[in-house]
This record gives sequence, C-alpha cells and structure tokens, in this order.
Amino acid sequence: MKEALIAENLCKHYGKGNTSVVALDNVSLALRTGEVVALLGPSGAGKSTLLTALGLIRAPDSGSIAIGGQIVFDNGYRTDPAAFRRKHLGFVFQRANLLPFLTAEENVRLPMELDGLGARASAARARELIESFGLANRRDNLPSELSGGQQQRVAIARALANRPELLFADEPTAALDSALGRLVMEMLRDVAHEHQTAVLVVTHDTRALDVFDRVLKMEDGRICGQERSADVANERSRRE
Amino acid sequence: MMNLAIKDIRHKLGRFVLTTVGMSLLLMVVMGMGGIYRGLVEEATLIIDRSDADIWVVQKETKGPFAEVSTLPRNMEERIAAMEGVESARPFVSHTIQRDYHGRVLRLTVQGIPDDGSWLPLVRGRPLSCGHFEMLADKSAKLPLGSELRLGNDTYKVVGITERLNSPAGDAMVFVSLNDALAIRDHQPGEAIRHEREARVRRFEHVAYGSTAVDHAETLRSARERPAALPGLRIGAVLVKVRPGWDVEDVRRRISALPDVMAYTADGQREIMLGGVVARSRRQQALFRKILGAVSAVVMMLVLYTLTLDKIHDIAMLKLLGARQGVIVGMILQQALLIGCLSFALACLIGNWAYPHFPRRVVIVRGDQVVLFAVVVGISALASLIGIRKALRTDVGEVLS
Repeated sequence: MKEALIAENLCKHYGKGNTSVVALDNVSLALRTGEVVALLGPSGAGKSTLLTALGLIRAPDSGSIAIGGQIVFDNGYRTDPAAFRRKHLGFVFQRANLLPFLTAEENVRLPMELDGLGARASAARARELIESFGLANRRDNLPSELSGGQQQRVAIARALANRPELLFADEPTAALDSALGRLVMEMLRDVAHEHQTAVLVVTHDTRALDVFDRVLKMEDGRICGQERSADVANERSRRE
Repeated sequence: MMNLAIKDIRHKLGRFVLTTVGMSLLLMVVMGMGGIYRGLVEEATLIIDRSDADIWVVQKETKGPFAEVSTLPRNMEERIAAMEGVESARPFVSHTIQRDYHGRVLRLTVQGIPDDGSWLPLVRGRPLSCGHFEMLADKSAKLPLGSELRLGNDTYKVVGITERLNSPAGDAMVFVSLNDALAIRDHQPGEAIRHEREARVRRFEHVAYGSTAVDHAETLRSARERPAALPGLRIGAVLVKVRPGWDVEDVRRRISALPDVMAYTADGQREIMLGGVVARSRRQQALFRKILGAVSAVVMMLVLYTLTLDKIHDIAMLKLLGARQGVIVGMILQQALLIGCLSFALACLIGNWAYPHFPRRVVIVRGDQVVLFAVVVGISALASLIGIRKALRTDVGEVLS
C-alpha cells in the first residue's frame, strides 16, 4: 500500500496573546491507500481541527501536507484547495449535509457535474452508487423524505462520487443508533477496501472500533498514541 | 450542469411566489407613479393638443385660461378673425362645476365647442346634432348614455361618451355647444336678475321728469349717475388657426400688438402649463417616483440578502464540494434576475387591471416600461451583489457547524 497522505508538523493556534489556544501541536501522520483509520480523543483534543486542516478546509498555521504524492500545503497552499477537494477528497459529516433542494440522485451527481462530468455520465454513476448503498428506490426522493440513515448513505455515496483518494468523516455515526452507526462504519471500511481510498474517521464511538485498521488517539492537539484497532476493541471488551 | 437556482426555487416555491408577488406590487406602484406623472402631463396639455390651435389669444397681462382667469369680450373672435394671416378664430369657453348627482359629487369641466365634436374620441353614442341641450361626456364622469343633467335653467342629455378626456385637475370633461357653455357659466337665478333690474331702476329714479335731453345727457355722463353697463358675454380665449404659408410667430406678434390681448403659440401655452400650473405636482411625482425606486432597490436587496443567508450552509457545502465561485454567483444572480423579471411581468399584468380603476389617469408608455425593466434588471443585479459578497465570504468550515 502506498501513502495516500503524509502530514508533517502541523500547527494551529486559535486566538492571540494570553487567550491563544493550541489546537494542533506539531502533528504528523500518514495514511495509506485502502486504510481505515479512526481518530479518537476527548472534546477539544483537536480532532476536528486536524480533519479541517487535512481536508484543506481551514489552513493550518504551519507544516506540510502531501496527498497522493503531491505537496498541497507547505506553510501555505500550493494548489487551489477548492479544486483539489473537488477532485481528490470526499467528506462525510455528523449531519448528512445534503442540499435540501436536490434529490438523492442529484446530490450524488453534483460533485461530478461540478467537476465537469456530463449529465448523462454523472447520472449513470450516481445511480450505480445509490444502488450499491441499497437506495435504488429512493433516488428521486428529497433529503427531507429520507431517514437519517438513508441520508447518511447518500452522503457517503456523494463523497465517493469523484473517486477520491481520501475520505474524511467527522463523527458520521453521532446522529444514528448503534446498529445503524455500525452499519455506516462498515460501509466506510468496505469503501476503503473496495475503492482503495484512505478513510480517516473522527469519532467518539468506541463500539465499532474493530472495523478500523488503526486507531489514533489525540489529546491536547497532539497524537498521543496509535494502536491496532483489534487491540483497542479487545481492551474495551475486557473493561466491559 | 444542473440549474441549482431553479431547483432551489422549486424547493421553496411558496416563498419565492410570495416574494415575487410582493416585489411585483411594489414595482406596480413605481410603474403607477410614473404613469400618474405621464397622465398629469397628458391631462395638462390635452386641451391644448386637441384644440388644434396655432395661437391662443387671452386677456392682456394674463397667462391664459388654464393658468389664471382670462376673460375676453365675445366679439374678440371677429376682431381676430379679421386680422391678416388668420385662417380661423373660434372662442374658447371652459369652466369647472360641481353638482350632486344621484347622491355623489360630480365635478365636471364644461367645455364649449363651436362644432358637433365629431373630432372627439367617441366610444359610444354620437356627436352633437343640435345647438342646444345636448352633451358629450367623458367616461370618467360616469354619466350613462341617455342620462339627463340639470345645469342652470336647462336639462342636458348625454348623447355621446368620450374616453380619456380629463381637465388638468383630473375632472371629467363634458362638451356642449358654445352658447350652452356660456349659458351654464353665466346662469343667474331669477332673484339675482330681479335685484339687478331693481338697482338699474333706482339709478334713474332721481332724474327729474321734464328735464331737457341735454340735461339728461349731462347726468348720464357723470360716473356716479351712470347706469351700470350690462355685462356682455365673455369668453376665456380665442383659438387661432394661422393661414397656410404664414409664419405663426409673425401672426402672434401682430395679435399681441393689440392693446387688450396677449397671444401665445400652442407651444407657449404648453410651456406655461407644464412650467407653472402642474410643475409642482410634476416635481412631487418625480420625487415620489425616485423615492419609491430607492425603496424598491433596498427591499429587493434585503429580500435577496435574506434568501442568501438562508442558504449559507448549503453554499458552504457547495464550496466544500469544490464548486467554483461562478456556480455560487450564478445561483444567486439567476434567482435575483428571475425574481426581478417575474416581478416586473406580474407588475405589468396587475397594473393593466388596476390602473383603469385609479382616480387619476395613469398613462403607461412603452418607453417608460423598457427603462423601468432595465432599471429592475440593474437593481436585481445590484441587489444580488450584497448576497453574493456574503456567499463568497462564507467560510467552508460553516458546514461543520
């Protein structure tokens, strides 16, 4: 497996002077293609900040990020982050964040059409993705007509539309019950393995950690531990 | 690329329709103000334009029958007609009356015409067929065809209905023969005539019987003893048509040389009307129009800004998905233009229905509509700028909140 992402010495501060808070403190990590990695940590540990930095949503103060061998950030963006996100990155959030005025299929088509793919080709791929997530009969429904779990599946399908090299998920199961949460996690794992996409999942949910290849622990803006998910899951069952 | 603007509108159709209806009502008022302004100008110059006169002859030191009171002796018509370069001269008699008619207030501008009025825009009925007691009434007077109206000692029958003929004050115009117009204006009740007659008799009472004709003549020469002159028939102005080949300005100068009259060309009369009589109203209308235009722009800006604010999260999502700025700008701009254009079209439709019911004439000119449409498109684009600015400044991270 080759490196899908290499981040080195990422730093991010919020505020100034005495009120300054360190959100990322020299964080370095690497993700390999087809790997599913969980990022655990208490609130305020810097997980979401790290995800927004790696996802080119909010620039870190310093450090460097290389995705797919291309340096995209080195103390400043080296590429157009919007265009890069469109072509190489996918996102899933706690809320599905589907555009309410588009149907399920249109939501999945959107990233492809934004990237210049024709309507016919994008519709065909959108249908394929939606069917693969078991929503063939819901493709013409608006998000308001879908359940939370169905919305989240559409969001994952949308994230995969442009065949991203990296998929970032921020608390994707927080709004779902445990069974549905596990299902979504398994979907993300399957996506990573089938599409050779590196998946980084920020989560509090420790119940489905066995689906991950690795678990990174974060605290006070630093990655303070790294374990195989099986070990973490065993430790959790021992405690229970 | 799917049209996000249309899809968003479809999703919030009720809100979009309400916004468009609200905007269209506002635009209809703006359009209506412009139409009232045009109507005011048209009504002010209507008689001047329709009279087909080259020169207006009025009382000395006055500006004419519209700007102030102008009276001329009835025989002025013959004096002017006899002058060189004059093709025809006809008297102008016009005055406003107010009567109660079937429980409503009826304000009419009575216009005396020297012919049957077949040149008037008749929509029903026929022109005048006899010299007395017939009347052509404008539709806005709401006098039905065949109805009768008592004015002075006589009853006048409405034999024809005209359209869009109102006085500068907006009153409906009625047309009667010249003599009837004078009779209506100079009508005096019997008691007033008896008093007048008695006063004349009294002046002669102390003249001694048996005095010589010379003595009597001496007495009559004294201003104190002279009986009051009988008021002759007076007209408001004389309308002059200049003989073909003659210079209008030259004829006007010749008439103006008469010691008891002033003469204005038709353009001069029009200038007096627009520059004096209706100038203040025109300025006020124009000011209102500008203020309403500004209010519409601000309201439109606020509406579009609010619509954009409602979409901030979706816009952030679009940015996260890597949408180019043009996609986001296009979405907001298209919606703004669509609201503007549909509002304008709806305003035209509502206006077509509503304006005829306005108490004052509303004249919608195509040129004005084209200009207003361009302004609406401009305002829509301008109004969307504030929303676009907000959208472009939206942090992608908003999607996480």
